[in-house]
Amino acid sequence: MSHYPLLAVLVSLLAAGAILLCDRRPNVREAWTFVAAAVKFLLVVSMLPTVLAGGVIEATYAELLPGWSLHLRADLFGLVFALLASGLWILTSIYSIGYMRAGHYTHQTGYFASFAVCLSATMGIAFAGNLITFFLFYEMLTLATYPLVVHDRTEEAVAAGRKYLAYTLGAGQLLLLAIVAIAVVAPGEGFRPGGFLTGTAPLGVLGLVFVLGLIGVGAKAAIMPLHSWLPAAMVAPTPVSALLHAVAVVKAGTFGCVRLVHYVFGVDLLRAMGADTILAVAAALTILLASVRALGEQNLKRRLAYSTVSQLSYIVLGAAIGSTAAVAGAMFHIVAHGFMKITLFFCAGAIYIKTHKLEIPDLAGLGRQMPITFGAFTLGALGLAGTPLCVGFISKWNLGTGALQSGQPVFLAVFVASGILNFAYFFPVVYTAFFGRPGQAVRFDEANPALWAPLAATAIVSLILGIYPNAGLQFYHLAWTAAESVMAGAGQALAGGGTP
Amino acid sequence: MTAHLPVLIVALPLAASVIVPLVSLASAPAAFAVACLTLVAGAVASCAALSHVLAHGTLRYELGGWAPPWGIEYVLDPLSGGVAALITLVAVCVVVYAGPQDKGGPARGGMFHGLYLLLVAGLLGIVLTGDLFNLYVFLEISSLAAYALLASGGIRGTVATFRYLIVGTIAATLYLLGTGYLYALTGTLNMADMALRLTAVMDTRAYGAAVVLVVVGLAIKAALFPLHGWLPDAYTYAPAAVTGFIAAVMAKVSAYALFRVLYFVTPADGASAQVLMLLGWVSVVAVLAGSVLAMAQHDIRRMLAYSSVGQMGYIVLGMALGTPAALIGALLHLFSHAVMKGCLFLVVGGIRWRTGIYRISDYTGMGRRMPLTMAAFVVAALAMIGLPPTLGFFSKWYLLSGAVEAGAWLFVAALVLSSLLGVVYFFRVFEVAYLKAPAAGQGTPPRQELPLHMLAPILVLMAAVLVFGLLNQQVVGGIIRHALPGALAP
Repeated sequence: MSHYPLLAVLVSLLAAGAILLCDRRPNVREAWTFVAAAVKFLLVVSMLPTVLAGGVIEATYAELLPGWSLHLRADLFGLVFALLASGLWILTSIYSIGYMRAGHYTHQTGYFASFAVCLSATMGIAFAGNLITFFLFYEMLTLATYPLVVHDRTEEAVAAGRKYLAYTLGAGQLLLLAIVAIAVVAPGEGFRPGGFLTGTAPLGVLGLVFVLGLIGVGAKAAIMPLHSWLPAAMVAPTPVSALLHAVAVVKAGTFGCVRLVHYVFGVDLLRAMGADTILAVAAALTILLASVRALGEQNLKRRLAYSTVSQLSYIVLGAAIGSTAAVAGAMFHIVAHGFMKITLFFCAGAIYIKTHKLEIPDLAGLGRQMPITFGAFTLGALGLAGTPLCVGFISKWNLGTGALQSGQPVFLAVFVASGILNFAYFFPVVYTAFFGRPGQAVRFDEANPALWAPLAATAIVSLILGIYPNAGLQFYHLAWTAAESVMAGAGQALAGGGTP
Repeated sequence: MTAHLPVLIVALPLAASVIVPLVSLASAPAAFAVACLTLVAGAVASCAALSHVLAHGTLRYELGGWAPPWGIEYVLDPLSGGVAALITLVAVCVVVYAGPQDKGGPARGGMFHGLYLLLVAGLLGIVLTGDLFNLYVFLEISSLAAYALLASGGIRGTVATFRYLIVGTIAATLYLLGTGYLYALTGTLNMADMALRLTAVMDTRAYGAAVVLVVVGLAIKAALFPLHGWLPDAYTYAPAAVTGFIAAVMAKVSAYALFRVLYFVTPADGASAQVLMLLGWVSVVAVLAGSVLAMAQHDIRRMLAYSSVGQMGYIVLGMALGTPAALIGALLHLFSHAVMKGCLFLVVGGIRWRTGIYRISDYTGMGRRMPLTMAAFVVAALAMIGLPPTLGFFSKWYLLSGAVEAGAWLFVAALVLSSLLGVVYFFRVFEVAYLKAPAAGQGTPPRQELPLHMLAPILVLMAAVLVFGLLNQQVVGGIIRHALPGALAP
């Protein structure tokens, strides 16, 4: 029993309460955010040595349903997500304060409190040891994000909020159904590398359950055709888009997808049902179609949103391909895309605060006015396209190798095609910004440091991770070890004939 | 002392309902104090009785020393004890919320508290009696007290109540007719005795007619769609505290009686099985119709009332499915809906009392005006939708898993759809209360939180929604599993 995972969940929940109480004193309020973010990050990092040494940090609390307790468990894969989200929360908090104050936003107390609750839910999702704990935090994340989506209180924001709820809560109900069915056929099971459902029910039933569960997590992971809430949710303030709609919320969907595929069903069961092909094809189509959609968007945030939709399906596709390298690549891409996409969103926010422009043709010449921002943007874009020496290359290399390993070279072609499309939709932005003809004389005029410092930091990190993928928090090592454990677990499940 | 608990729990509020109006003539605060103390004592007694029953087994009490089946018997088992504890605990919350009620003079407060105690006594009687005719008597006692209370909400309340009075009387008459048939068939009114004798006559048409009459009568009182017509008006125009209490427990007690009759008195197969199957289909319609009608309302009290119609469908649905998980779901939902809906109605009533607002469109800025009250509303509403970790999620979980076990996919779909409809009508309120700016020129109205005696019960119920959600296994394993009918109990 170790309470570290619970503490990591609770610290920002308690901070949310403190933030609400400090409504009238913004500086004290923001101090709470920083204290919570720092404590949370330290808690998560302190679990790293044990987990790297092959241990698991876990604790069970109140029994919620027969055999299913509130079970928090830090394993390799969970820690990848938790480290990413808690680490980026610190940077996002700095950025948020700069952004919200410079943009003269109202209702900032509710904003920071909701943000803290979102991070609690994210930790809960990362550390959930069984499906019911996962579902609890998954729904909590849905609810806590809603106030952030509708933050502007405009008609557009309210409509986006409705759309967001319709997709995520609707999908959540289907996920609930899948979990109920799993509870009926395999009561009391926790997540297990390689899955635990083999042989518990006829394949047809399990197939139906898988589809329900996949829709449940797929809506947050924005797999087409469940993606359209994400571009709509771009109406939220940019830090929300940055951390939640590029890292926490959507990654919770892909994280759940990987959990479902590799820790509940197991890749062999999926192959027996033929579901891996369906999932892979859906993901591959999402990668390509969303990239094409991104080409057609003239609003920078919406273009980034479609790029997110496309990139998230890298992770789903990697999980569906199911060879060791592909799974490791998928898990690592959670980190890689996190750093790259948050950089891009930070850039979009800095541009918006400085110039109130987000339409791509209006950005002409801004690269010379805001060189740091656009430099970081270029690095992030290069990374997403999979350029060597950027972090995106590492995950893409693994995903591609994995596709070849499992004898599905067609998916390698998908990754390559997507890389080209990435260049196609990002480089007009970069080109316009640096070489476009501005309407007036340009001089150096960056956004304030609270905005450009975080984005410079994430850009540099994504470069460092591209050269030394194990630098610092050992993300690459964690992802590979997790993928190997999944494969080993799958082998055991097959050898054991599915008897638990 | 313990041996007398079953009757004491009923007799205490019954006696107090006579004493309190008399005391109020002398002193209104004293009358309020007597009412509060009685209900607290009742709550303590019923909780003590419940824990005694869980530890030592069912308590049976022969009224007046007459042995059953001739005399009237009071039965305190885990089921009746659990429901009695629920009623008394909610009653304590609501009496505190209602306060002294002395606006119209002390006598009016005395009248209110007298009737309120009578209502509590009647409901407890229905729950604890082991005699079908005695159940009818208490059904009428509770109904008469409820009519008087509901009618005190102004002229529209009086009209609505008159309608309820007619419908309610028809319901009670149907129940009485059914009981008469059963008595004619078996020569007994004692439930346990009748359960033994009914197997011999279960092929007769009279038995079938009797079951249908009893079930229809109770279904009307439980406001099961399409017999719910009386409920929305009656709930809408009554005083806040009255609606809070009646919406929380009164229909539930009828659902309890339905459960008692169908699972403890009538034989499992034959007419009651057919009736249960029919009830299952009816309740699917109820779940959906209640939710759809709730979406169509502009008055928040009517919205909640229609939502109650839908939620009663959940309870009956669980009963109709009849698997252990579904029955646990039905009983847990009986408990959770009482807490959630009680909380919601107290909030809505409090807001109307404070600001006069009851239309959803007028709720603008309410999140700022009454932050704590609205927070309770949000929590209870999320529980109604069925989101974890609230109590409402877990009762829905059991209903869903019962339906999945039974392979009743249509029921599964209805439950899921109804949750989503719940999202629609509750988030509509959230949008107005938190997101919509007050109309131009009005400015932000000042903070006007409810007084403590109204706020405290609301917050207690809100906390209960969360705490019992996390501790639901204690409730399910400790009480509800023991309350299941013999064949299904552990």
